[in-house]
Amino acid sequence: MTITRRAAIVAAATLAAPSLVRAQGAAVKIGMITTLSGPGGYLGADIRDAFQLAADTGMFGATKVELVIEDDGLKPAQAKQIANRMLKSDGIKLFTGIVFSNILEAVAPDVLEEGAVYVSPNAGPSSLAGKNCHRNYFVISWQNDSLHESAGENATRLGYKRMYLLAPNYPAGKDAITGFKRFFKGEIVGEAYTKLDQTDYAPEMAQIRAANPDAVFQFHPGGLGIAFLRQYQQAGLVGKIPMVLVAPSLDATTLGAVGEIALGMDVTAHWNSDLDNPANKRFVAGFTERFKRMPTYYASQGYDTALAIAAALKTANPGNAEAFRTAMLKADFASVRGAFKFGANQHPVQDWFGLRVEKGADGKLALVTKGKVLSNHGDAYAAQCKI
Amino acid sequence: MTLLAEQVLNGLQFGVMLFLLAAGLTLVFGIMGLINLAHASLYMIGAFAAAWVQGRTGSFALALLAGLAAAAATGVAIEVAVLRRLYARDHMDQVLATFGMILFFNEAMAMLFGRQPLMAAVPGWLGGSVEFIPGVPYPVYRLAIIVVGMAVAALLYGLIGHTRVGMLIRAGATHRDMVRALGVDIGLLSTGIFGLGAALAGLAGAMTGPLLSVQVGMGDRILITTFVVIVVGGIGSVRGALAGALLVGMVDTLTRAFLPGLLKSVMVATEADAIGAGLSSMAVFILMAVVLLVRPRGLFPAHG
Repeated sequence: MTITRRAAIVAAATLAAPSLVRAQGAAVKIGMITTLSGPGGYLGADIRDAFQLAADTGMFGATKVELVIEDDGLKPAQAKQIANRMLKSDGIKLFTGIVFSNILEAVAPDVLEEGAVYVSPNAGPSSLAGKNCHRNYFVISWQNDSLHESAGENATRLGYKRMYLLAPNYPAGKDAITGFKRFFKGEIVGEAYTKLDQTDYAPEMAQIRAANPDAVFQFHPGGLGIAFLRQYQQAGLVGKIPMVLVAPSLDATTLGAVGEIALGMDVTAHWNSDLDNPANKRFVAGFTERFKRMPTYYASQGYDTALAIAAALKTANPGNAEAFRTAMLKADFASVRGAFKFGANQHPVQDWFGLRVEKGADGKLALVTKGKVLSNHGDAYAAQCKI
Repeated sequence: MTLLAEQVLNGLQFGVMLFLLAAGLTLVFGIMGLINLAHASLYMIGAFAAAWVQGRTGSFALALLAGLAAAAATGVAIEVAVLRRLYARDHMDQVLATFGMILFFNEAMAMLFGRQPLMAAVPGWLGGSVEFIPGVPYPVYRLAIIVVGMAVAALLYGLIGHTRVGMLIRAGATHRDMVRALGVDIGLLSTGIFGLGAALAGLAGAMTGPLLSVQVGMGDRILITTFVVIVVGGIGSVRGALAGALLVGMVDTLTRAFLPGLLKSVMVATEADAIGAGLSSMAVFILMAVVLLVRPRGLFPAHG
C-alpha cells in the first residue's frame, strides 16, 4: 500500500502536463490553476471556458493577455507545485481559477507571499475572509458562508421549523453548516458530515428518514449532488421531505442529470441564467452558442472574474500590486449578476435570489428566479478584516 | 432497530459491490503477482459502456452485457499488450505502468464522453422499494445488487473449488512455476483470469451506474478501499475477498451511521459530528491495521 501510494504521487507529479494558450506579443500573463480532471472536472472547465469566452469576445479591449492553464487534479500538493513553478519560472503575477477551497488554502499563501495577486472565481473560504484577509486577494464569487446564509434565510422564509443538515467534511462543508445555522431560526434535528469522495449516501438516507425533519439542507457540489439527489429519490424521500439547496448542489448541469427528481426544489444563488440584465443576456447567448450547453453559475463567475480583471488591467498592471489593487477595488464592470461591489475584505457585497425548479412552457426543467432573499449582502467576516 | 436493519442491508450492498471489484484484483495479484491499479479503469469503462448502451437502447439487460463485454475486452487487450511484460518486473514498475493507464483511460473517457457525469436510469422493473422488513422501505435495485453479488460469489466458489480450471487457478496461486513445469499454458490461464476479473469489475461498474453518477475518475476513489479489502481478506484468496469485502462494507457503513450518535452520548453534539465523521472515514484503515497485526497474511491467506 505505501509503495503504491508513493509511486502514485511520483507518477502524478511527472505526468502532469502543462497546456498553454498563447496570445501575440508581450502580454499580461494570467496563471489559471483549476480542476479539469476527476469528478470536479466540469466545474473548472466551465470557469475556463467562460473566461476564454470573455477574452475572445474582446472584453479585455486593447490589453493583451496570455492565459496559462493548468489542471490541479483536485490535489492540493499538485496545485502548490504548479503555483510555485508559475511564480518562479514563468514570473506570473496574477492568478485565478481555483474551484475548491482546500486547494485555495494551500495555494493562496504561496501566491500572496510572493507579492502576486489572486482573484478567486469560486472558492471563498472563511479562513481567508476574516483576520487573514489580504490586500492582494480578491473574491468574485462569494464568501462561502454567505451562500449558505442565503439558504438559511430561505428555509426560515419558507416556514420550515426542523431541519436536517448534510455537508462534506472539508473547509467549505463546515462553512456551509455554520453559514446555514447563522440565518436559520428553527431547530436543527441532525447534522451529518459526509466524505468528500463519498458517492453512496444510503446510510445518510436512512438517518434522514429516521429523523423525519420538515426539510433537508444539503451541500454536495457537482457529481456528488447528482448522486445524492438520485439516491434521495430511490430511498423514497422525494415528495415526502422537501429540500432547500444552494446553487452548487443544483446547477444547470446537475439539473439536466437528475431531471424530474428536482422539480419544486428551492435553491438560492447570486446568479441565474434568467436574470434580466444586458450583460447576462449577452453572456448566456454567447456561451450557449459557442459551447452548446447551458452555462452553470461556475461559468458566470469565470466570466465575471475575466471582466473584473479586464477592468483593472485597463489602468494598472499586476506587476505593481498596489496600483492594480486600487483599480480592482473600483469593480468597474457590468457583472452578469447585476449589482456587485467589494466589501471591506475584498469579497463581494451582492444580492441573493431564491430560485425554484419549474417546468417551462417547452416542457424542459429550468431554475426560475422567484425573488430576492437577501439584498446587498456581505459576509460575517468582513468586520474582522483589517487592511 | 429498523434503522439498524436498514443500515446492515446498506453495508451488505456496499460489501457486495466491493467484492465484485476485489475478486478480480486479488486473483490477478495472487496468481500473476501483479499490482493492477488500472482495475479502477476497467470498472469505469464498464460503467460508461453500460450507461451509453442504456441511453441508446433503453435496455438494462443489454447495458449490463455491454458493461461486462467492454471491461472484459479492455482487460484482455491490456493484458496481452502491456501487462504480460510486467509480471516478472518489480512492483514499483507495475504501479507506474498501471497508474499511467489510469491517466490514459481517464483522458480517453473524457474525450469520448466529456467531463459531465453520465446518468443511467434504474430499469422500471427494478424501480421502487419493497417493505420486507416492516417500516423499512428498501430500494429493489439495491436488493438486486445484493442478489447478483451473492450469485457471483457462489459461481466463483463453484468455479474455483470444483472445476479443473479452478484447480489450476489455485495451483497457480501457490506454485506458479510448478504449474508451468507441468505443461500448463500459464500465459493463457493468466489472460483468462485477467479477463474474468475485468468482467467482474465491469459488472460492478455497470450496476453502479443507476445508483451513482458515471464520471471520469469514478474508479480511482473506490480503488483504495478495494486494496484494503484484499489486504484484509488475504491476497490471492477469493474467499478472503468475500469476507474482507463484507467486513469492510459493514464497518464503513455502520460507523458512518452510528458513530456520531454514539459519540454524542459522551460529548458536545457539534464536536461529536465532526469527530465521528473523521473517525468513521478512518475506520476501514484501522480495521486493516488490526487485521495485519493479528493475522499479517489476512483472514484467509491463499499461500500455504
